[in-house]
Amino acid sequence: MSETTIAGIAGRMPKFIRRADPAVLTAFACIVLLLFIGSLYSRSFLSPEYLLQQLKVASFLGVIATGMMLVILLGQIDLSVPWSVATGAMMACAAAAYGPLGVALAIPFGIFCGIAIGIVNGIGVAYLRIPSMIITLATNAVAQGLMVVYTGGFSPQDSATRAMRYLATGIAIPGVPNAVVIWALIGAAMVFVLTRTGFGRTVYGIGNRERAAYLSGIDTRRVVLIAFAVSGGLSAFGGVLLAGYASKAAQSMGDAYLLPSIAAVVLGGTSILGGRGSYLGTVAGVILITLLQSILSVMQMPEAGRQIIYGVVIVAMLLLYGRAPASR
Amino acid sequence: MKDWRYWLAEQRGTLLAFGIFIVMFTIYTSNHPAGFTANVVQTASNKGVLLAFVAMAQTLVVITAGIDLSVGMIFLLTNCLASWLVIGTGIETAFGVVAVLGTGLLCGAINGAIVIYGRLQPIVTTIATGAVYFGIALLLRPFPGGSVNEDLADALTGRLFGVVPASLVALLAVVLVVWVPFSRSVLGRAAYAAGSSEMAAYMSGVPIRRGKFAAYALAGLLAAIGGLFLTFFTYTGEAAYASGNAYTLFSIAAVVLGGVSLFGGKGSAIGAIFGALAFRTIGDLLFVFDFDPLWQPLFQGVILLIAVSLGAFALFRVRNRLEWFL
Repeated sequence: MSETTIAGIAGRMPKFIRRADPAVLTAFACIVLLLFIGSLYSRSFLSPEYLLQQLKVASFLGVIATGMMLVILLGQIDLSVPWSVATGAMMACAAAAYGPLGVALAIPFGIFCGIAIGIVNGIGVAYLRIPSMIITLATNAVAQGLMVVYTGGFSPQDSATRAMRYLATGIAIPGVPNAVVIWALIGAAMVFVLTRTGFGRTVYGIGNRERAAYLSGIDTRRVVLIAFAVSGGLSAFGGVLLAGYASKAAQSMGDAYLLPSIAAVVLGGTSILGGRGSYLGTVAGVILITLLQSILSVMQMPEAGRQIIYGVVIVAMLLLYGRAPASR
Repeated sequence: MKDWRYWLAEQRGTLLAFGIFIVMFTIYTSNHPAGFTANVVQTASNKGVLLAFVAMAQTLVVITAGIDLSVGMIFLLTNCLASWLVIGTGIETAFGVVAVLGTGLLCGAINGAIVIYGRLQPIVTTIATGAVYFGIALLLRPFPGGSVNEDLADALTGRLFGVVPASLVALLAVVLVVWVPFSRSVLGRAAYAAGSSEMAAYMSGVPIRRGKFAAYALAGLLAAIGGLFLTFFTYTGEAAYASGNAYTLFSIAAVVLGGVSLFGGKGSAIGAIFGALAFRTIGDLLFVFDFDPLWQPLFQGVILLIAVSLGAFALFRVRNRLEWFL
């Protein structure tokens, strides 16, 4: 397919489609396809209640993927998501055991622990210049070690506070679960930061070429540090919400969020090399991943099959539109 | 500069890893209740060799400036496969071994093909293929079980002449058969060149694609050898997600300890082997000193964190700040 035919086809389309990223369009097209396949399996798949339930489940991944996207836009990656999630959840639940003050501070404390992990990542990446996938794997291991020591290797007995449960499962606006509202708020804030603030432009700039951004007088290291701290904090907040959803924290609760959060961001058209991508794409990616998981569980696919299909779908979709340019 | 100084500069990482290992192992055996006996060495080498194989696999990919986050899952998959196939008469066992190794090679080749010809990022690709390999492992062994040809297993995990651990001899054999020819071949040099500067290597007409592909495929093979040995030690196959992840993580730690540069183009599998043995010994030190086993993950995590932070010392040598941003 040559460039001219694509441009020719695109030229005849309405303006809002012409301006959209083909990756985002593909992701949305895949969502429609998945909804269609799902409706073949079960009549109730397209019911508003079911779709709203899916959106609620998606919002946990959405919050975590938001942080991941910020880091990926820098051209880095955050592999400490699993235990940032678990640490946030466990520490929030742990704080709840310390009287009324602990209950009041449970959520901020959980997020604070995630930010702490993120700051260690950020210092390693920005100031010590350690490759992000290595330092984040290491902090992930340290966070795991700390939590294993703290909990004694079992799931902690403390349960989530009422506020956490309310945030994750409550309904403040009729018809819209709170978790979805939270995701929408965080997403809106992220869109604002990325498109309307200097910090956001800097993130894109660093993702394209950190050297150029540095020479333009930007303190790139501080921006990278902040981005990792935000990613850690959002992962932990996702953990807090998950703990509220399940009313308690568990040892390996974060493991199921590493691959999906990366996949959601990358499937949404954000370049894994950094500097390119939109939040709309991440939203599409999150919904796409959640629907895929949902369909696989509706089909009563065992865990093994789920893992295989999951990996194959991600590789296949990346091969469709996530390829690096050829080195010629 | 004299030849030996070049050699020393090239092997500095490997020698450092060797030194760390010797120190750690001396502390370990001198505090071990049984002391430095053939039994202690055999147990230590049996545990260390598993990680050494996986670390060698990781080295090959890291040399090309990539990373393979699926090594642990290939290791699990081949373990589960071996618990089905490596059994029965001599010929059946031999076919089983070949099939297991072939599977590992295939897994590595798939990674390589997607990364090189599909032009996807190694991190995302290997996380995704790792999920697939784990899924297949889980299909093969939903519950831990299976068995293995015990004669072969005992021969490879026992001692030769009552002194030398057979697993160490096997490790040496693999180094001689796989690593030494590869690192000296055109493909091996191409893998190094691709990791050092892909653009320069491409411009010089180095077969970087073939070199990288061979590195990924051989990494799968080495991980499969590791999986085979795991089966020999445990007599069973088990698809344990946490264990696969741990091996991937530890392989990176071992590679870093072994002086292999994560930016590619520098280091050797020999260094990674000593890195792996040192890492295992550090973990075992906790038992000798009677620490609560609960502290082991934290201890290993902190070691890993320190090991990767050591690379930051290179920053002091940077004269031009722009070199921060590679």
